[in-house]
Amino acid sequence: MTMVTKKMKKSKNSNSIWRQPLAVVGIGIIVIWTLLAIFAPWIAPYNPNAQDAAKFLAPSAAHWMGTDELNRDILSRVIFGARISLPYSLLLVALSATLGSIVGAISGYAGGKIDSFLMRVTDVFFAFPGIVLAMAVAAALGPQIRNAVIAITIVAWPVYARLVRGLILNAKQNDYVTASSLLGSSSLRTLIVDLRPNLSGPVFVLAALEVGNALLLLSGLSFLGLGAQPPASEWGSMVSLGAENFDRWWVGLFPGLAILTAVLAFTFIGDALRDAMDPRTAKALRD
Amino acid sequence: MKEILNVSNAVVEYDRQGLKVRAVAGVDLTLNAGEILGLVGESGCGKSTLGKAIVGILKTAHGEIVFDGSQVKKLTRGQRPKHFRNLQMVFQDPYGSLNPRRKIGAQIADGLVVGGSSRKDALHEAQDLLEKVGLPRNAIDRFPHEFSGGQRQRISIARALAAAPTAIVADEPISALDTSSQAQVANLLVNLVEEYDMGMVFISHDLSIVRRISDRVAVMYLGKIVEIGTVDQIWNNPSHPYTRALISAIPHADGTGFMPQDLPGDVPNPMSPPSGCRFHPRCPLAMPECAEIEPAFRTLSDGRSVACHLQTEGSEPVSISIG
Repeated sequence: MTMVTKKMKKSKNSNSIWRQPLAVVGIGIIVIWTLLAIFAPWIAPYNPNAQDAAKFLAPSAAHWMGTDELNRDILSRVIFGARISLPYSLLLVALSATLGSIVGAISGYAGGKIDSFLMRVTDVFFAFPGIVLAMAVAAALGPQIRNAVIAITIVAWPVYARLVRGLILNAKQNDYVTASSLLGSSSLRTLIVDLRPNLSGPVFVLAALEVGNALLLLSGLSFLGLGAQPPASEWGSMVSLGAENFDRWWVGLFPGLAILTAVLAFTFIGDALRDAMDPRTAKALRD
Repeated sequence: MKEILNVSNAVVEYDRQGLKVRAVAGVDLTLNAGEILGLVGESGCGKSTLGKAIVGILKTAHGEIVFDGSQVKKLTRGQRPKHFRNLQMVFQDPYGSLNPRRKIGAQIADGLVVGGSSRKDALHEAQDLLEKVGLPRNAIDRFPHEFSGGQRQRISIARALAAAPTAIVADEPISALDTSSQAQVANLLVNLVEEYDMGMVFISHDLSIVRRISDRVAVMYLGKIVEIGTVDQIWNNPSHPYTRALISAIPHADGTGFMPQDLPGDVPNPMSPPSGCRFHPRCPLAMPECAEIEPAFRTLSDGRSVACHLQTEGSEPVSISIG
């Protein structure tokens, strides 16, 4: 009996995210992109790297999104692009959120000298313009998509560190944290059990917003030749190509739309997650 | 009666831009098992600070606090020694003292899990504890925001009970509650103290509740205890002028009695406390020596202790009348 009610409660809880129309749209878009990425070889009408003598064909029945300067089919390249842009930006956000959260949590919880030291380090990273630092690191490590990921992680973690530190500083003043240590909880337990629930919501929301940023940074590095290497199709570098050929609107527009829809979808999901994870709004969503 | 808590000459200082403010300026008191010690005084006299120092949330600058044979040290980031788990606190604010993002059951079970129970046993015992504080067993699956202030305070009490406390410091546990919940929570505390034979320091500025539930009362003024005695002694025959003034501030149900004593002036700034007896600038009975010599604690023949030059060690209390 208790098992049954527990199960029902659980499904009710996870239902709350499905009650938000925007979340459903977001999840739908990501699911579509994921399917496109997985089944790209079967879905894409052409080989994304096939070239021929003609170039810059406008959208037509044969090439729905037109072709680029090497007459590669843009639709096929956009579909294959999802195989690079989506997994790498998710990976980037996961890495930088983890790294930043750990640094922020230690800093906020430990306080004192440890806090000052870690925050000064964070400040140093903040002081650099993100793309410049990423370029420097990527160039030093060598142009390769894996190195671009490392470079962007190094640029992106301080935001999380600051956010998490602030949340921890705020949360640790609560009486329930004191009560927990009075009960004999260790610091690690207090951090994980009492403080972590205060973090996941904001960190998730920030991460969802940062997916877009990560995607753009990755594209930026690719454009500069430090990320995805040609001829790999990558949305950001395709947009850059579009910017060079402004009179051929289709070259930049379609990969741009791909970035737009992906970023928007992640934002919707982030918002919905926040509402679902806060027990106060979650209840309102359930009822 | 078994003594479980002994505070001797405890001093707690706050650092205010390099200046030391003595919020608690040398306090001695003892707490016995099965006893409620009321701690009363005006706002800002150091009641809560003393309470926090007793459980180890604040550091004592001097003096010692001995709980059940070992000295209380300030909580550090490391794990609190197991022994001190039996010294618990109930907080004033029922909204801040429970984690809004965790289920009630998990929060109560924490104390048991840390103590070595399995999660399943802990949740089961959490239900028993909830029942004990007058809440339904199924409350373990709910979140704090689904409860009223009084219910939350009972949940906090259940959480403290999970650590099997032998002493509890209750820091104004009923001040934030409405009148009907105040009575319920106060009665609950009395019953629990009896049932578990624990000692409780009950910090409050509500004198009528303190009178109802306490066995002994300590009166604090500007970081010091001025008088400790039984409820009967303090209420019917106060031997310190400040106690007298404080007691007279309680309205009487029948409307008779004297008007509250209006003490001249404000509570002095604890950064620069007055010389001699800390109460002398406002005391209607102050003598010249009061401004110079700080009165030591003296035990009177009826067993109470008081810090006032009007009283003599070992003799009958001189009755104080003012105004």
